[in-house]
Amino acid sequence: MSRQQPSIEKNYLNETHGFWSWAYTLDHKRIGVMYLLTILFFFLVGGVLGLLVRLELLEPTNWLVSNQTYNEMFTLHGVIMIFIFVIPVIPSALGNFVIPLLIGARDVAFPRLNIASYWIFVSGVIVLMVSMVHPIDTGWTFYTPYSAKTATSVTIVALGIFLVGMSSILTGLNFIVTIHKLRAPGMSWHRLPLFIWGIYATSIINVLATPVVGVTFLMLLSERLLGFGFFDPSKGGDPLLFQHFFWFYSHPVVYVMILPAMGIISEIIPVFTRKPIFGYKAIAYSSLAIAGAGFLVWGHHMFVAGMSSIATIIFSFLTFSVAIPTGVKVFNWIATMYRGSINLDSPMIYALTFIFLFIIGGLTGPFLGSLATDVHLHETYFLVAHFHYTIMGGTVMGLFAGLHYWFPKITGRMLDEKTAKRAWAFILVGFNVTFFNMFILGFRGMPRRYATYPEKFQSQHIISTVGSWILAAGILIMFYNFIRCIYKGEKAPANPWRGLTLEWTTPSPPPTENFKEIPVVTDWPYSYGKRKDADG
Amino acid sequence: MRAYKTYIFVWLTLLVLTAATVSVSYMQLGVFNAVAALIIASVKASLVALYFMHLRHEKELVWAFALFPIAFLALIIAGTLTDTLFR
Amino acid sequence: MAEYSEKKAMASEGTAGAFEKAKLGIWAFLATELMLFGGLFTAYTVYRIRYQALFHEQHLHLNRTFGAVNTVILICSSLSVAIGIAAIKAGKLAVLKLCLAITLGLASSFLFIKYLEYSEHIGNGELPSSNLFFSLYYMMTGLHAIHVLAGMAALTTMLLLTNRGAFSKEYSTPVEITGIYWHFVDLVWIYLFPLLYLIG
Repeated sequence: MSRQQPSIEKNYLNETHGFWSWAYTLDHKRIGVMYLLTILFFFLVGGVLGLLVRLELLEPTNWLVSNQTYNEMFTLHGVIMIFIFVIPVIPSALGNFVIPLLIGARDVAFPRLNIASYWIFVSGVIVLMVSMVHPIDTGWTFYTPYSAKTATSVTIVALGIFLVGMSSILTGLNFIVTIHKLRAPGMSWHRLPLFIWGIYATSIINVLATPVVGVTFLMLLSERLLGFGFFDPSKGGDPLLFQHFFWFYSHPVVYVMILPAMGIISEIIPVFTRKPIFGYKAIAYSSLAIAGAGFLVWGHHMFVAGMSSIATIIFSFLTFSVAIPTGVKVFNWIATMYRGSINLDSPMIYALTFIFLFIIGGLTGPFLGSLATDVHLHETYFLVAHFHYTIMGGTVMGLFAGLHYWFPKITGRMLDEKTAKRAWAFILVGFNVTFFNMFILGFRGMPRRYATYPEKFQSQHIISTVGSWILAAGILIMFYNFIRCIYKGEKAPANPWRGLTLEWTTPSPPPTENFKEIPVVTDWPYSYGKRKDADG
Repeated sequence: MRAYKTYIFVWLTLLVLTAATVSVSYMQLGVFNAVAALIIASVKASLVALYFMHLRHEKELVWAFALFPIAFLALIIAGTLTDTLFR
Repeated sequence: MAEYSEKKAMASEGTAGAFEKAKLGIWAFLATELMLFGGLFTAYTVYRIRYQALFHEQHLHLNRTFGAVNTVILICSSLSVAIGIAAIKAGKLAVLKLCLAITLGLASSFLFIKYLEYSEHIGNGELPSSNLFFSLYYMMTGLHAIHVLAGMAALTTMLLLTNRGAFSKEYSTPVEITGIYWHFVDLVWIYLFPLLYLIG
């Protein structure tokens, strides 16, 4: 285990100074940090919007805001959380930092494309913020015909999302070529860390699916601005075509959200269990399988929209297939932990929380994927609970796990474990109180996207709102821990967790060039105990 | 130069195929007009990809990058048609 | 057992490695372009099947001659790019410059003809909002034209760089990458032409 590094050692943070040395940087680590700060800021903005939505729902009437304002609030909450936060956060922020380190490279394949992607992302975010002068009210799903006709700034938002999507595409392209071409000598595909497999599968989705939403928004814009008739029934167009195109992207994108998080879990569990990962190849290939299967199921968002019966049956059948590779991962993580020496430091408790919450989110999927039950549950709070369990209970918990795991590497400091665990307790309790309650609310018939509701639902709404405050408190404590420990945290050694992946062989924080010498890899990164490689 | 010769030959073939596809469009073949046009277009596209874009001399990895996305194009068309064709 | 020899390790360094990376990069980018146009091809398929009579009737309003001439223009421009690249790989800078200039000239003619076509349609009252066929026609050829413009920007940059002596027998990666992109632009038109102008 390495000794602590002297504090004046040159690293990627202090090697050069000044705004332009960051704005024009080609260093993937700095780019990752810039993405992280930008995105986490907007996570808080989106979170505040979520709290406001829940605040209005304390009363069954419009006690805080009008219906119009409420529609704008939940739309903006969704747009920010999905496009600015959950989609890019792990790949573009953590991924940019960690991928070259994990594969033993000095940087990504196309560093200039990388910094360009960041600035394209920022321009998209700025455009989205400009749209707030006249907030949109369509829901983050922008269904036509309303989105083609409404007077709100759909045009500006569409442009913003186009730019943010462009950033995802270019980042995905960069990562694919990086993983193919820049692995250290000896790092064959079966010696890759599982996070890399997850990112690889994610990048394939980003490259193939995102352009479709791009052209969808182009078509929406052309309809709004120039009277094209693609989605306009009065011109023979089909509003459902918008939904096909939108969901052809937006379903695979939820796998963009979850695959990197699953990759993080696959990294953390062996380290904190001191055991080789069980079923490396199964986990690796299940990432590809999830990405592939994810492209086959988009129609399950449209069961009651007016599709043909044949389409609904086919999409429902295919929807069940995605559960299989997902289940493979969950069983393999649990098998890894069996008879392991478990260390419950903060990365691990978030990883365990991920597994717990994602299982709940995942198991509630089939209820929605089955045609008959979906007729009752679609567009109710059951759906809202399902996607918050999978996205927040899944991706966001995975993100928190990854932040706690790699915080020492990124900042050169350790987090305060007590505060971390205190924050976690609030988050766990707050999250479940807020969202588990919503499954029942949905079953009882409460529809989503309504500011007002029948009195009989009020007590449950109050429960969820109070839960949201507990959750918010936990997140604030967690952020306080991050900020405080950047300055006052204990100095971190190169390998605080005794991990075997390559990022732990370089100082915390790493020097700009990552490694003094490119390492030669002779083993897989999970050689805890006796197992020597993926093939046993 | 040898390379030039190949390119010129491919170019001439493309021009001939263009003439062919225009002539076929004047015949009344019903649905086979579309089939013929798409087949000819695909042959032209393959020639451009294989010779002009050098796919012919590339390794399997590049072929994978080139061919794999076509499956997804087919997927979005087929999937949407399962709805729109059978409403 | 070292699966990767020193040579392969160095494969990512140096110009050979850089070219391999760039090639993968451009093909990955073309995958995104395929899916971008893919949405429009899907819309075309859906509406063509649904409104066969409309498509047949409306496509007769397109100028088949212009369409065919444009197809020939783009095919010739692919040839000129290909010859230019073969030339620089043999160290013939002057031929590359000439070929790039010819390609740019052909591309401009393509856009000029599209301008003539669009003006004619607009004059006839055939607007994007007129009917679904014309919505698709303008959208697909419009998006394609934007890609032609982008390609022209890249080709112009290549021409300027060539003038500055940036390329040689040993190093011509940016030109080759631009060439692959340009061929893709030709490829899309190879499908657009029959789908819009010939079958209806």
